[in-house]
Amino acid sequence: MLKDEDRIFKNLYNDYGWDIDSAVKRNDWFETKNIISKGRNWIIDEIKKSELRGRGGAGFPTGLKFSFAPKEVGSRPHYLVINADESEPGTCKDRDIIRFEPQKLIEGCLISSYAVNAHTCYIYIRGEYYREGERLQKSITEAYKKNFLGKNACGSGWDLDIYIHYGAGAYICGEETALLESLEGKKGLPRLKPPFPALVGLYGCPTIVNNVETISVIPTILRRGAKWFSSLGKPKNTGTKIFCISGNVNNPCNVEEEMGIPLKDLIEKHAGGVIGGWKNLQAVIPGGSSMPLLPKSICETITMDFDSLIKEKSGLGTAGIVVINKDQDIIKCMARIARFYKHESCGQCTPCREGSGWMWRMLKRMEEGEATYKEIDLLHDVTKQIEGHTICAFGEGSAWPVQGLLRHFRKEIEKRCHEEPLVKKKNEIPYLIDQHLLEKDNA
Amino acid sequence: MSIKKISKVQPEIFEFTKNNLEQAEKEIKKYPKEKKASAVIALLYLAQRQNDNWIPLLALKYVAKMLEISYMQVYEVSTFYSMFNLSPTGKYFVQVCTTTPCALRGSKKIVELCKKYISKEEKVLSENKLCSWVEVECLGACVNGPMLQINEDYYEDLNETSTEELIKKILNDEFPKPGSSKNRKNSAPQNGKTTLLEV
Repeated sequence: MLKDEDRIFKNLYNDYGWDIDSAVKRNDWFETKNIISKGRNWIIDEIKKSELRGRGGAGFPTGLKFSFAPKEVGSRPHYLVINADESEPGTCKDRDIIRFEPQKLIEGCLISSYAVNAHTCYIYIRGEYYREGERLQKSITEAYKKNFLGKNACGSGWDLDIYIHYGAGAYICGEETALLESLEGKKGLPRLKPPFPALVGLYGCPTIVNNVETISVIPTILRRGAKWFSSLGKPKNTGTKIFCISGNVNNPCNVEEEMGIPLKDLIEKHAGGVIGGWKNLQAVIPGGSSMPLLPKSICETITMDFDSLIKEKSGLGTAGIVVINKDQDIIKCMARIARFYKHESCGQCTPCREGSGWMWRMLKRMEEGEATYKEIDLLHDVTKQIEGHTICAFGEGSAWPVQGLLRHFRKEIEKRCHEEPLVKKKNEIPYLIDQHLLEKDNA
Repeated sequence: MSIKKISKVQPEIFEFTKNNLEQAEKEIKKYPKEKKASAVIALLYLAQRQNDNWIPLLALKYVAKMLEISYMQVYEVSTFYSMFNLSPTGKYFVQVCTTTPCALRGSKKIVELCKKYISKEEKVLSENKLCSWVEVECLGACVNGPMLQINEDYYEDLNETSTEELIKKILNDEFPKPGSSKNRKNSAPQNGKTTLLEV
């Protein structure tokens, strides 16, 4: 188990106070000026050496992303945008960072802004986190008062302004280009890539978008050294990570642990075990609702890092672990997730807009035992037609959990299916109208 | 995408209070001069808070004029984002999270209590016109589920008794104390911490 001294977020549960003076006591803002004086290249190199991978879900190497920003500022200014639009079901880590470790985030913003040549930083926080945003604003004001922000921030010679921008309840705005659209005052519809935001982002200017947790760990990495960070975890999956363990466990909690920790350890040691004991475990969603679930047999041995989970056709995602025990109806759980995606699809691409609704309705039928055997393959076909045919990764995010269910719990679904369809086609109804909607009042 | 109900009863005038006008100008200043449109969400929030949790159509026009963008663009934004209400919600707007992590811990019972005490249907005002409720997607407090949000505040670690108390309080026009209903410390494990013991 990770030693307490190696944990980055020491105030994760707010034992020591979130205000700037308490944060300074915990070593935030310690020698920030020195770090910045070592220069851009050193900072980016050090982050590359630490092998830090983005904590927002995709796991893209952060140092590499920073190096995509143009080296010289041309006619257009650069921007740093922090993605605090945390809405992936099962994930609530950024909320705790904003509430209890805001100075880590703000210091990270300063160092990262310097590294990517940005004088303005926007923090896009989800609208529901109104109180958290208030807290963050207070912390930013405190930092301004101490001259850690503003002109010649922290004595580094770099000017930086940080602004908070609220979202308004759209999951899709967590996708970086949708977030930029939303920041520009439009509907949050993802953009086609390329061009990537690093070259053409906010207002058409070079923009680096990063998750809250990624930015918040950067100051500690630079202070303690890339070697220290990369000595934790596994090769290419280094460092620590906040895991959120929710669902059917005795003590749901957030906990910071080393990457590559066995899933069983996380559940048993930190979350007080599965309700009804380990033998009562049915499945685990390892990385927020977009990641395919894992059945108990895999949960026995799996370790929590990007590469091991990809081998099991799942992913670490945001590390939001949702534990489902045998008292739950697994099809119902996944049908609820499908409903989430149906609700949150932005509607820009047809496969996702229509497909997410189809998946939900089919799963609902399967849950209620109204589906036929044929529909199982049909459902799989629908997921395949969404995946890879949309502008953003939402398509994959909605299709993968259903594919995971079909991969591991096909027998469970088959038990409830019928040979003959329960809903008979009526001749007088035009074929374009969804028969299911006519029969059942659940559009 | 969410379906929006637009209120049939609309006020005849809408303008920001002096305080909100100052606030709005502050919001606009966050963005480059020619990119005023970025402040649209912030201004809609101001309008919504000023007007008892919902935005009248006139306010959309008012915001459009202020930001020098088309009415349609503001209308689009106000209907795209689920947090903007275009019809009255009452003084206490209850949002119950029912996505899988909360559902696993019993959010269904909370929805039933809302149906029992507030109103049978979502987005319909209670008899005393003070509250309404709605099922929402993940509110991002999964380890504290089941939970709900009343206006801006989170109410976490709920069970049937505590939810019943909450609802009775708001029906009596009283703001309950936000946070965990089990006196749990934030997102730490309920039965004592397993990490950060020494530091």
